[in-house]
Amino acid sequence: MPGADAARLAEILESRRAAISAAWLDAVIAELRGRTTRSEAEREQGEILDSLVGGLRQGGGRLTDPAFDALRGLLADLSATRARLGFTPRETAVGVLALKEGLYALAADEEGAALAEVTALVRLVDDLGLFTFESFAAAREGIIAEQAEQLLELSTPVVKLWEGVVAVPLVGTLDSARTQVVMEKLLQTLVDTGSEHAIIDITGVPAVDTQVAQHLLKTVVAARLMGAECTISGIRPQIAQTIVALGIEFGDISTKATLADALVAALRANGAAKSAIG
Amino acid sequence: MTAVEPDAAQRLAITTDGDVVRVRQAVRALAQGARLSLVDQTKLVTAASELARNTLIYGGGGEALLSELAEGRRTGVRVEFRDDGPGIPDLDQAMTDGWTSGSGLGLGLSGARRLVEQFSIDTAPGQGTRVTIASWSR
Amino acid sequence: MDAVPILKLGSTLLVSIQIDLQDQTALQLQEDLAERITQTGARGVLIDISGLEIVDSFIGRMLSQVAGISRVLDATTVVVGMRPAVAITMVELGLSLDGVRTALDVEKGLRMLRPADATSPEALLLGLDADRA
Repeated sequence: MPGADAARLAEILESRRAAISAAWLDAVIAELRGRTTRSEAEREQGEILDSLVGGLRQGGGRLTDPAFDALRGLLADLSATRARLGFTPRETAVGVLALKEGLYALAADEEGAALAEVTALVRLVDDLGLFTFESFAAAREGIIAEQAEQLLELSTPVVKLWEGVVAVPLVGTLDSARTQVVMEKLLQTLVDTGSEHAIIDITGVPAVDTQVAQHLLKTVVAARLMGAECTISGIRPQIAQTIVALGIEFGDISTKATLADALVAALRANGAAKSAIG
Repeated sequence: MTAVEPDAAQRLAITTDGDVVRVRQAVRALAQGARLSLVDQTKLVTAASELARNTLIYGGGGEALLSELAEGRRTGVRVEFRDDGPGIPDLDQAMTDGWTSGSGLGLGLSGARRLVEQFSIDTAPGQGTRVTIASWSR
Repeated sequence: MDAVPILKLGSTLLVSIQIDLQDQTALQLQEDLAERITQTGARGVLIDISGLEIVDSFIGRMLSQVAGISRVLDATTVVVGMRPAVAITMVELGLSLDGVRTALDVEKGLRMLRPADATSPEALLLGLDADRA
């Protein structure tokens, strides 16, 4: 940082700590009214200040310097926690940016702090604020991704229709990601339940594209490889036309008009297998 | 955020049958650590097994370099197979020769490519072969 | 290199692959099976691959070859216990295990090999003779 020495900045922060902290705390409490207790805010600030001073003492200049590794870690954790607790971006960033209130007070003061030094500190705090914001955003994206995954899991139920027969009623538009999840879940359920018949019912699916059709095909082939049979039911006329138009070979894939037909066929096959033994 | 250069790579020699198994196990461990889904792990390890075997049999032996990748929230695994063997003369042909029923002794490169997210190959007659594959967490 | 053990269950040979299979071990298994089928006159071969985390082209080929060899020796081969992730990967790879019959687990596999036999696998294991002549 031109015009300011890291060690000198650390000294300023330490010597005027009480005043800076007080102004900082008041600004934060004003913004986060009710969201956090005074003692909680005080403790957090203490940690941040300690880490900031520590980093400066180690010669830290830019926020990306190794001297500030601990500080960045601290802020990242704080942001992640705030994101999880549902704080707004402003509420999260203000905790750090409000430190400037304390610094502005310094500038007004004649003794001990030159304008260049205060400017250097304010710049550093701006960087900290931006970093906090970025961490918060990343944490929020992580939570959204997690929730999307959970939603995907919940919306693809595999049900046991009968002894040895499981089914997946698919509803709504299928995309590649969802179809893959369904495929994996269905195959695992075959193993878990020891079922030799699976039915994928697509009555509730309005349209199928090449990728989805191929995923369905692969599921059938995979089930066969494992020693089970997979039938696709509920293929609407439009979808049948799409499949043919796309040139997808459904070959010897078993298809039935309705889920009921598929169930009957599966039970017949089961029965035939059983009587062959007895 | 920009991609971070891979951590120090793990280097495994490929000179015996047993080495192919060791490569599989090492790739599996990294894939688990990078939190790849079970299916993606299996695909990556299977591709690694094929390529390690290629290195051994067609390349006359070589090595595998494994590294962990990170970009933003995603984590991944990269494996590079190197050998100083004869190189592949007709790469286009080798890349389109897929298996149909497991018969034939093709290099299976096109198959391996389908199993991973990123695939690149660098080879020329007399200049050895270098194949790099990578897969990421979702 | 540890060889894969082959058990005899009535007229069926039972193989359970529990280790990470080296290529040479796979080839050895193929040879050993051909040997044992001939020796024992076995009519069925059951290979349990529930312990295999991957099936690549080499192992896939070995399984197909075992099936082919046993057919020639008048025996049927059934492969059981394929994991879903393995099945999905094989489909992606284009491996189709030609000539290999499959079943979900050992019990179903044994049923497939001895359909006319009313004896349960448990009875076989306990040494109870199915052919009560």
